[in-house]
Amino acid sequence: MDPRQAPPYVPLRGHPLTDDEFREREASTAWAPRLEYAWDAGIAISRFLEGLGQGAIYGVRCRRCGRTVTPPRAFCELDFKPMDEWVKLPETGTINTFSICYVTWDMKPLRVPQIPAVIEIDGTSPRVGFLHLVGGVRGRTVDQIRRQVRVGMPVRAVWKPPAKREGAITDILYFAPVRKRA
Amino acid sequence: MSLIRRKPQRRVAIIGAGLSLFMRRALDTGKELSYYAASQALDAAGVRRKDIQAVVMATAPDAFDGVHMKGEWLLDGAGGVGKPYLRAYVGGGSGVFSIISGWMMVASGLFDLVLVVAEEKMSSCQPHPQGAFLTIFDHIIERPLGPNLLWIFSLEQQRYMAAYGIQNEDIALVSVKNKHNALAHPAAQVAAQLTVKDVLDSEVVAWPVHRLMVSPISDGAAAVVLASEHVAQRLTDHPIWIQGVGWCLDTSYWGNRDLAYPRYVEQAARMAYEMAGITEPRRQIHVAEPYDPFAYKELHHLEGLQLADRGKAPDDLAGGRFDRGGELPTCPSGGLMGVGNPIAAAGLMKICELFWQLRGEAGARQVPGNPERGLAQAWGDLMQVGTVAVLGVR
Amino acid sequence: MSDRVAVVGAGEVPLRPLSPRQSYREMGFEAATRAYDDAGVTHQDIDSFVSVCEDFHEGTSITDEYTPDQLGAVLRPVHTVAGDGLQGVAAAVMLIRTGIADLVAVEAHCKTSNILAHEQVLTMALDPSYERLPGITPHFVAGMEMRRYLHETGAPEDAVAMVVVKNRRHALSNPVAAYGEVLSPDDVLASAAVCAPLREREISPPADGAVVLVLASEEAARRTPKPVWIRGVGWASDSPWLAARSWGQASYASLATQMAYQMAGIAKPDQEIRFAEVDDTYAYKELQHLEAAQLIPRADAARIVLEGGTRRGGRLPVNSSGGSLGMGYCFDATALYRTAAAVRQIRGEAGRAQVERAATTGTQRGLNQIEDCEL
Repeated sequence: MDPRQAPPYVPLRGHPLTDDEFREREASTAWAPRLEYAWDAGIAISRFLEGLGQGAIYGVRCRRCGRTVTPPRAFCELDFKPMDEWVKLPETGTINTFSICYVTWDMKPLRVPQIPAVIEIDGTSPRVGFLHLVGGVRGRTVDQIRRQVRVGMPVRAVWKPPAKREGAITDILYFAPVRKRA
Repeated sequence: MSLIRRKPQRRVAIIGAGLSLFMRRALDTGKELSYYAASQALDAAGVRRKDIQAVVMATAPDAFDGVHMKGEWLLDGAGGVGKPYLRAYVGGGSGVFSIISGWMMVASGLFDLVLVVAEEKMSSCQPHPQGAFLTIFDHIIERPLGPNLLWIFSLEQQRYMAAYGIQNEDIALVSVKNKHNALAHPAAQVAAQLTVKDVLDSEVVAWPVHRLMVSPISDGAAAVVLASEHVAQRLTDHPIWIQGVGWCLDTSYWGNRDLAYPRYVEQAARMAYEMAGITEPRRQIHVAEPYDPFAYKELHHLEGLQLADRGKAPDDLAGGRFDRGGELPTCPSGGLMGVGNPIAAAGLMKICELFWQLRGEAGARQVPGNPERGLAQAWGDLMQVGTVAVLGVR
Repeated sequence: MSDRVAVVGAGEVPLRPLSPRQSYREMGFEAATRAYDDAGVTHQDIDSFVSVCEDFHEGTSITDEYTPDQLGAVLRPVHTVAGDGLQGVAAAVMLIRTGIADLVAVEAHCKTSNILAHEQVLTMALDPSYERLPGITPHFVAGMEMRRYLHETGAPEDAVAMVVVKNRRHALSNPVAAYGEVLSPDDVLASAAVCAPLREREISPPADGAVVLVLASEEAARRTPKPVWIRGVGWASDSPWLAARSWGQASYASLATQMAYQMAGIAKPDQEIRFAEVDDTYAYKELQHLEAAQLIPRADAARIVLEGGTRRGGRLPVNSSGGSLGMGYCFDATALYRTAAAVRQIRGEAGRAQVERAATTGTQRGLNQIEDCEL
């Protein structure tokens, strides 16, 4: 098939550059943004972070629809009502899905892969979870890791030592697979 | 609640389309790329910039260009100087949303002739355009974990596969089909003749995603001209009508969703079908351009669009149903996997493809059987937005 | 079906310099709750939602991701306009006029205090190859424009200072405003030059807030308690190139107001418009915009301001809300706060900020707005 037989029949415009041309091209302007932000966490997330600092995962329950969700929020986005019944959740959960990532954001290879996952926290409504990492896993290949990590597998939070916690999502180092639920 | 079911007061047609080349790195600026596509669309429609009453611009994150309010900055390339100009934005869904926004302008009765331009120049973002996506995550509870864009797609693909027992071979076939279709597209950046084995032999970037299941980084632009009914009929014998539009945004708490099924795409499709009077989409839609930035997304979206049963799109694909000569050709352009993915421009490229397909002008890419109705869909944000347009010859 | 559209609800979080207690989501929820209550509707009655935001204002790429929850808009038709708040209003007006939607909510918020170096963001609105001058405040653009405006019109700097005095004073009567103050023109003229002739007090100070408006078709508006009709909308963009502009005159605002007047059937704006809320991000812009909107003859704004004609009790009350100088500069939310203020004026609900005769006119202000980077 000859692409010229297809529309748009007029010649398409554009000047592709090769890698070398791109790097050696002189006519470019560089700008490194110096943008800095300090975001207000707000009522709900502040309390969530405080809980993490104390080694606890909190959720909130909606009195109207009955859902228990985490990360907590000040209002139920479905019922559009304030949501302020706080629930201390267990530090265990289930892997909803996971990935084995071998590259950094700028596509540099990672020797030890990262295992991001969506963890459904026990005690919440179905399919409620958040992003975190799976750890405590041996090996580096897809096969080795898939033997130890599966969708539907129970996991437990592994925390930073109390003295090193700072009230951040990273106070949980990762979630580790558990053989049996406590 | 939930679905808009009312009929629009006025009809809107597409009367011209244009593209630039899609490239990994363009010498051309975003303004220049916009100009190429816009001027080609104006020529095709037989109108001039001075005839245009308003302009819509679609372009994804400002971080690609390092320009704050970059829509305003791109204005002159898009022909918008001195005119009412609007940048509508729904992340990756912006390309298809751009004609929805243009449709609103014309269907409102405020304008008769509107130029819609979509542009993306990702290569300006260094050291890698993915840097623009590092800040799409929640700043307090996600960014400290160091997530990148590949994470969320590989997580979603894995959930989709686990929910329905789908194999990676099934997914790889999307790359094979679309890169093959793109061989006939003059703008294509990554057209290729590949096998499933080639795709699965490419390195794992974030299991289960292999490199050849990911669309490329691209620079490019696309444009269309929209007209009100009386103006369209004066300017062309072959207007392509916007019969239905739909869009829908799900919660930003993406960890609280069913990742195996895109409800937001279903809602957007149902809104568009209702407007277009479509009751049996599988029979009434003859050609589709679902959004395919990652190979699995085409299948995932076809299910949300009600064009395949849940978990069964891979079987349909393997059976040839989505081939260019199949029962429902999907991504006959070559899609994002084959033509390239300059984000907002890629979505509008799909609209351009339907415009040519429905006019029977797609040449080597023409799907057989004189298609009369087509669908384009895009998706974006945090795996969260569906945008759908149904186009037809009457 | 009619093509008429009304504002039927407005809800604002009071603007403040800091808002450490609430996240942007929580502020948005508060504003939406107030707006829906004002309109007498629930989130489920709203057909579609428009948010107005910019990535670099939030420090988040594709920031429209984070808009649906706080509007009660999950799994609903939501879209974002990356532009001015009035462009969001225009999008909602068009959506309603298509005939498919009866009620549309428009949202914008501003967490200006979360941006640690706002000048860096402003600088990035300039063309990277030709117009970014590292090490110079991006307000230089306004300084140059002010100089040209003063040169072309012969307006004295006292008149620019008087705009600040007036708007800060107006803000004292507006509970939503953050920067009410009693100043004299000398206080303004004594403030430091940022980019001469532009002074520090002539730049509106940033504030945090969130605002939601509810717009309705005629049919739906008739069912709500207090509809205020939008008779015209207009917007236009000038060239993005600094060097290609008409520096002395706000040509974008002339184009935009002409469009709005035409739609509204207004032939003599200076006689038919009873009050105005116009952009005053920089104090001289108020003068420039009043002339561009044909509310005051060219080169006459300074005189009228100095005579008190634009005060709340004057012939043409301008920015009786306090404007951006008095309420606070709140990014894309600015125009929505001002629209909300105009709605309250026309309803006769503006309390101490009320201008006379507002309620007797159905005309919303000339909806002129900015179309370029830093203005």
